[in-house]
Amino acid sequence: MDAYERVAASRAKGRATAQDYIDNLIIDFEELHGDRRFGDDKAIVAGVGKLRNMPVTVIGQAKGRSARERGMRNSGSPHPEGYRKALRLMKQAEKFKRPVLCFVDTSGAYPGIEAEKRGQGLAIAENLYEMMTLKTPVISVFIGEGGSGGALALAVADKVIMLENAFYSVISPEGCASILWKNAKKKKEAAEALKLTAKDLHELDVAEYVVKERDTDRGFRNVYSQLENLLYEEFSKLRQMSDDELLAARYEKFRKIGRYE
Amino acid sequence: MIKPNLFKKPQNKLEGGTPVINEENLEIPEELCVLCSSCGSTLFRRDVENSGYVCPECGWHFSMSARERVEYIADKGTFKERDADMSSKNLIDFPDYEDKLEKAQKVSGEPEGVICGECEIEGVRTCLFVMNPDFMMGSMGVVVGEKITRLFEYATEEKLPVIGYTVSGGARMQEGILSLMQMAKTSGAAKLHSDAGLLYISVLTNPTTGGVTASFAMEGDIILAEPKALIGFAGPRVIEQTIRQRLPKGFQRAEFVLDTGFLDAIVDRREQRRYLGKMLKLHCEEADI
Repeated sequence: MDAYERVAASRAKGRATAQDYIDNLIIDFEELHGDRRFGDDKAIVAGVGKLRNMPVTVIGQAKGRSARERGMRNSGSPHPEGYRKALRLMKQAEKFKRPVLCFVDTSGAYPGIEAEKRGQGLAIAENLYEMMTLKTPVISVFIGEGGSGGALALAVADKVIMLENAFYSVISPEGCASILWKNAKKKKEAAEALKLTAKDLHELDVAEYVVKERDTDRGFRNVYSQLENLLYEEFSKLRQMSDDELLAARYEKFRKIGRYE
Repeated sequence: MIKPNLFKKPQNKLEGGTPVINEENLEIPEELCVLCSSCGSTLFRRDVENSGYVCPECGWHFSMSARERVEYIADKGTFKERDADMSSKNLIDFPDYEDKLEKAQKVSGEPEGVICGECEIEGVRTCLFVMNPDFMMGSMGVVVGEKITRLFEYATEEKLPVIGYTVSGGARMQEGILSLMQMAKTSGAAKLHSDAGLLYISVLTNPTTGGVTASFAMEGDIILAEPKALIGFAGPRVIEQTIRQRLPKGFQRAEFVLDTGFLDAIVDRREQRRYLGKMLKLHCEEADI
């Protein structure tokens, strides 16, 4: 598959959503709503549950499984209150020493009048700022689209795991093509140029792991079991670290990506 | 030094009323005079330069190069630049990026899109970074992120405040995901600076958008803006395309952003040095004032 085919696969209807991952990986999940400031953004599903026997906080961008649900969830494009709900629950996780598991799947933070009025830029900035020093392990799994700052706001993480056909980019290939070459049809060239595939991101040290999608037609079973093992193992390792070690390693990880020599 | 494009009002088609001026019809030689792109007044270039590139008639804040701004805001002769020679590489082999960089260096006369250093403002020692509108629209790539990160780290070590002037179209797409990562990196450095109990004042200038708004621009203890500066996450064109309607007049301008509660104050450029000096002193130990 070329880069754009993977982008298309990441957006395909019927691809597993954050809720599918929660249903298949998290036991005793209870959703927790609202940012305690403005409202409850359904583009982000969040709550507490267990990964095997380990209590975790789960936060995921949820695109919705049916047309109706996609409408309700704004196709996984969060407003500021979504990011603020995420941050509220991350802080709660820190208090109770629960690891945080994020599922990233968004075309981007929603670009609308209300979102701007309520401080979309600030909401994302606050998440980046606070996540860098959050005293509990954070792992972000990119399950589909990883659209720019709207994705990063759930991904200042100790480990980033990419599904094989997920992508992560500073701008969509369509957006890049239309701005740079004034021609949205050059999206294939843009997708290649942006180095946005899981493999590229692994090579650029943005993602630590890539999970193969061999069994996609059998309902992602294989993906879920690979992911469950990997997450449990990684969280167990991260929990061995002291807060200082954890935060120093997280800072250094982002410090050295694309490091200037 | 004045560049010809300096006096172009950044395009925001949503706010009409910009007079269309055919420069060929002007009788006064261009070297002596400029037109305010906001009110249309003919102004003596020298007057505009002497007033910090603010129109004496209507108060419109013209774009200002980073180098000129450093000179304008720092106490005379106090600025010591850091990491002055860092310039970008084409880290992901993006098509034509080298040409773009070369062109930006020529246009701006600077190796990259931000100037960092330390100086005194009204006699108080501070770190200062100023982004450059003339370098690929102030876009943030690895070098911009790295220089700002290093400045915060230096300020944390030296227990100095940071004042940062932002102007940006957002993350630099020619550096792909590596430009996005600068948002996390700079935010982390700003957070550690803050956790050390140190002051950071950001000053948002026209336009501040995208990844810069969604990171260090909005992370100041005190967030200021210049009058009428466009400030937002999504740009007006992107929003219009998404919602398929025109945006209200004044949307995302500094006055609007102040009203919605995201700015501490709007400060006229001609008042900024005094304002910043006062704010810096308010954060000094009593004995040091």
